[in-house]
Amino acid sequence: MKDPIILKTDKLTKTYKSGNVRITVLDNVSFAMEKGSTCAILGPSGSGKTTLLALCAGLDRPSSGFVSLNGIQFNHLNEDDLADVRNKYTGFVFQTFQLIPTLTALENVMVPAEICGTPNAKGRAMELMEQVSLGDRMHHYPLQLSGGEQQRVAIARAFINRPQILFADEPTGNLDRETGDMIINLLFELNTVAGTTLILVTHDMELTQHVTRIIQLKGGVIISDSPNNDEAAKPISK
Amino acid sequence: MGLKPFLEPWVWRMAWRDSRTSRGRLLYSITSITLGIAALVAISSFGDNIKVSIHNQSKALLGADLVIKSRRPFGKETLELIRSLGGEQSRQVNFSSMVYFPKSGSSRLASVRALDGDFPYYGAIKTVPASAARNFQKRGTDALVEDNLMLQFDAQVGDSIAIGALTFRIAGRLKKMPGETLAAGLIKPRVYIPMAYLGRTKLIRKGSIARYRVYFKFDPERETEQLLQTIQPHLRKNRLRADTVQERKERLGRIFENLSHFLNLAGFIALLLGGVGVASGIHVYTKQKIGTVALLRCVGAKAGQTFAVYLIQAAAMGLAGVCLGTLIGMGVQLFLPSILSDFLPVKITVFISWRAILLGASIGLVISLLFVLLPLISVRKISPLLTLRSALEESDSQKDPLRWFLYFLIAAAIGLFALAQTRVWYQGLWYAAGLCVAFGFLTGMGKLLMNLARNYLSNSWSYVWRQGLANLYRPNNQTVIVMLAIGLGTFFIITIQLSRNMLLEHVSLASGENNPNMVLLDIQADQREDLRDLLKAFDLPVLEETPIVTMRLASIKGRSVQEIREAPKPDIPHWALRREYHSTYRSHLTNTETIIAGTWQGKLNQRSDTIAVSLEKDIAHDLDVTLGDDLTFDINGVLFKTRVGSIREVNWHRMQPNFFVVFPTGVLEKAPKFYVLVTKVPTNEITAKLQRTVVQKFPNVSTIDLTLILNTVDAVLGRVAFAINFITLLIVLTGLMVLAGAVMSSRYQHLGESALLRTLGASRAQITKILLIEYLFLGSFAAVTGVLLAVAACWALSYFLFEAVYLPATPIILVGPLVVIGITILIGMLNSRGICDRPPLEVLRSDV
Repeated sequence: MKDPIILKTDKLTKTYKSGNVRITVLDNVSFAMEKGSTCAILGPSGSGKTTLLALCAGLDRPSSGFVSLNGIQFNHLNEDDLADVRNKYTGFVFQTFQLIPTLTALENVMVPAEICGTPNAKGRAMELMEQVSLGDRMHHYPLQLSGGEQQRVAIARAFINRPQILFADEPTGNLDRETGDMIINLLFELNTVAGTTLILVTHDMELTQHVTRIIQLKGGVIISDSPNNDEAAKPISK
Repeated sequence: MGLKPFLEPWVWRMAWRDSRTSRGRLLYSITSITLGIAALVAISSFGDNIKVSIHNQSKALLGADLVIKSRRPFGKETLELIRSLGGEQSRQVNFSSMVYFPKSGSSRLASVRALDGDFPYYGAIKTVPASAARNFQKRGTDALVEDNLMLQFDAQVGDSIAIGALTFRIAGRLKKMPGETLAAGLIKPRVYIPMAYLGRTKLIRKGSIARYRVYFKFDPERETEQLLQTIQPHLRKNRLRADTVQERKERLGRIFENLSHFLNLAGFIALLLGGVGVASGIHVYTKQKIGTVALLRCVGAKAGQTFAVYLIQAAAMGLAGVCLGTLIGMGVQLFLPSILSDFLPVKITVFISWRAILLGASIGLVISLLFVLLPLISVRKISPLLTLRSALEESDSQKDPLRWFLYFLIAAAIGLFALAQTRVWYQGLWYAAGLCVAFGFLTGMGKLLMNLARNYLSNSWSYVWRQGLANLYRPNNQTVIVMLAIGLGTFFIITIQLSRNMLLEHVSLASGENNPNMVLLDIQADQREDLRDLLKAFDLPVLEETPIVTMRLASIKGRSVQEIREAPKPDIPHWALRREYHSTYRSHLTNTETIIAGTWQGKLNQRSDTIAVSLEKDIAHDLDVTLGDDLTFDINGVLFKTRVGSIREVNWHRMQPNFFVVFPTGVLEKAPKFYVLVTKVPTNEITAKLQRTVVQKFPNVSTIDLTLILNTVDAVLGRVAFAINFITLLIVLTGLMVLAGAVMSSRYQHLGESALLRTLGASRAQITKILLIEYLFLGSFAAVTGVLLAVAACWALSYFLFEAVYLPATPIILVGPLVVIGITILIGMLNSRGICDRPPLEVLRSDV
């Protein structure tokens, strides 16, 4: 039987040294995510949400404890192996979109596929651009797109390698309410279609309505980890 | 990391796509290296051109197959040998004499050459009119006169020129002699007369200083080198020298190889400065790419792949820079022969030297890659976490071992290049060390400026001053790079100006208030009284009258000179053994001499059978003798055994005769001799009048005055400076390009900041003042540092090379920096123009 767990953290701790003081940002955080599930990580600023996301995605290394993604333990991997794991299994959506300004929208979407040498990366990218309703903006540069359009390009990019897990860091943080709703709708729609696990870091309580699980952090520790009873498990209606 | 990333098509595609909007800027960063590459390509090609030209025109370098030279008239035995050698022969007697132009009433010391025969046998004398070269020996008292000399005195072909007791007609302007440079004529202009009339000039008497030469032309099948081997014993025995085409070719080859190496070393500085500019440009570029690299790493690109993307971009632009530099170099190569024509003894055949081009381009590519890699390796360390946390602290790039390895490679490249260009290894190391000191000092001063601005900025100062000064140390500042660019340029220009000024000042000050400024040479014993009377009539003092006796060394510490010269490893330089010593005798020391060892003996000690002479300290060192050692001198065949009684330090910079060897009185009074008389002439008018009278009444007496020396030094320095200025120009242009590049890089930052400031209410005038203050301080610090380096370099030159007290030229030191500051502000403001013109919203919305 296949392991239903896609992501697991065990006693994850991250400390930084600031001058002579050691600051613990995350303290013994353990949790596991099942494949296809959706989870929101909530918490006030400085609670360790982004640090947890970075550690889960292999963007940073823990001071102690471990992360395992799809059965692969990060502790034993070097930077290039981690990059490989990110490329094959993960997708990212950022608050600030993080598009490469020198590439067109289509080229931005193609990047992860081209890195791993996927054949017909362009065709797949064009498909995704159509899916995010930007078929007519493929050859525009990020500067020529609005914030909402840029985030749609970023979502298309996040899905191009058919990731098993998608990490979203405040995906609506830089958008107005209306555009934010549209983005969330799109994100959950694609997520449902692709059966991707979704981990969402947010302040926005409204977003939590759509996830199956909510982890609350405070001062670097999990203060609650529970299924979302209000979960409508439904996308925002169009 | 390996080469694998470079084999991935995506990496190349990404490099191409990502460079789209920044190719122009990237190319601009790289172009600062083009002039350095151009210099190397041009100079190396020029070196090859010279080599081939010398080879092709080698016979014209000597004008004959063989020349035998002597410092005294050939003896019977030698004349017999010359006769027996056969072939075509041509004779020449060279000596210095005053020449007098009756039309203008002016006179000057010249190198007179009496010639007979058909010399030159190879190459041709160039004269205007051309026929004068062929005919001047056939038409009686005709002379060929150096073009420069004729220009100086406004003489025309057909005018008269008096040489000694005879007046010649100027048959033509002498433009070029085979194998001789134009620069040689600047020091002592040449005048050719027919040998048949030499006697009638009455200038050559017993004991006169003259050089005697015989030129030979042999049948083509005759082996000159072999012939030389057979006559060598005779030549050595009679202290004669010989020159063959091969020897002249080798000697000139060495000289021009040295010149080429010297220019290459200077050109290399432009290349390194350009390298620093490239590093700075790429540093700014990579900083702007941090977000892109972090994103690429985040979505799965490996460190090697992202590094490869940017290395490909930079290397491609570097290659473009190298190609551009090579093309410019090939163009400049065409002009080098004309720039250096005064110093070239052959006509340069310009051709494309692929070897030189490949060499220059390769060195340029290696240096540009090393400097590109220096900022680029930080790309490997960019964390993907930056996509989430833009404020993430950068890792300390100075701890990266690869960075230190690159520093080592750059130092090794500089060292290897320097060693390849210098004959002696320590000269190469001095060059490399000097460069490191200059670069290090300028970098240090840049950091000091940043520290001063950071730590001593007062809150009480007005906003524009605080903002302008803060620009010097804030992130992405260009302080160090601008310091290097302006500082090095200033250093080179001011050093050249100060050196030239220093040399001229030394010559001028040699005269001083009460020091002599005119020397009369070659006075015969029977002319002494008449000359004294003449000076008295002019109301001029006789400051010194010195007898001069010409002698040669016969033995040192009991070993004959010949024996020392033939030793497998002679420990005494040949020139010191072979030279003619012009010595004097007197009972007193002059004010330019100080005894540093032994006791001065002014009179011959009648009770002792040895003659105690006084030696100048450097010649004592060269001859490897000290107090009490024996020296034997040969004066016209009579041997004088002497002992070193004292050693003197001599101030050679004064305009009066000084000597290596001084005899006591009571020894040389009866030896053949001539006199030198020293006086002080108050004005140029009296100098000219005195010279005219001397040349008319005492044609064999030569006069050297301070104005003549000053003019000669100035003329030679002017020509040399012109050649060196070419290289300086390259360095300065590179510096300006680096400066413009640095200003351009910071322009993008200034653009964003000024938009923000204007949004917050700052006026156009305030923003302009902020920029003005920033460039004023950058320019001032760089200029002052450059001047300090130049003064230090001139002091070192003065102390080590000229062994004189350094006299800094205040006007240059004061005016130089002002000009540099003005240029810095000008370039800074020109590159920043338009910053205030764009609407703030446009700037703030764009990703600058």
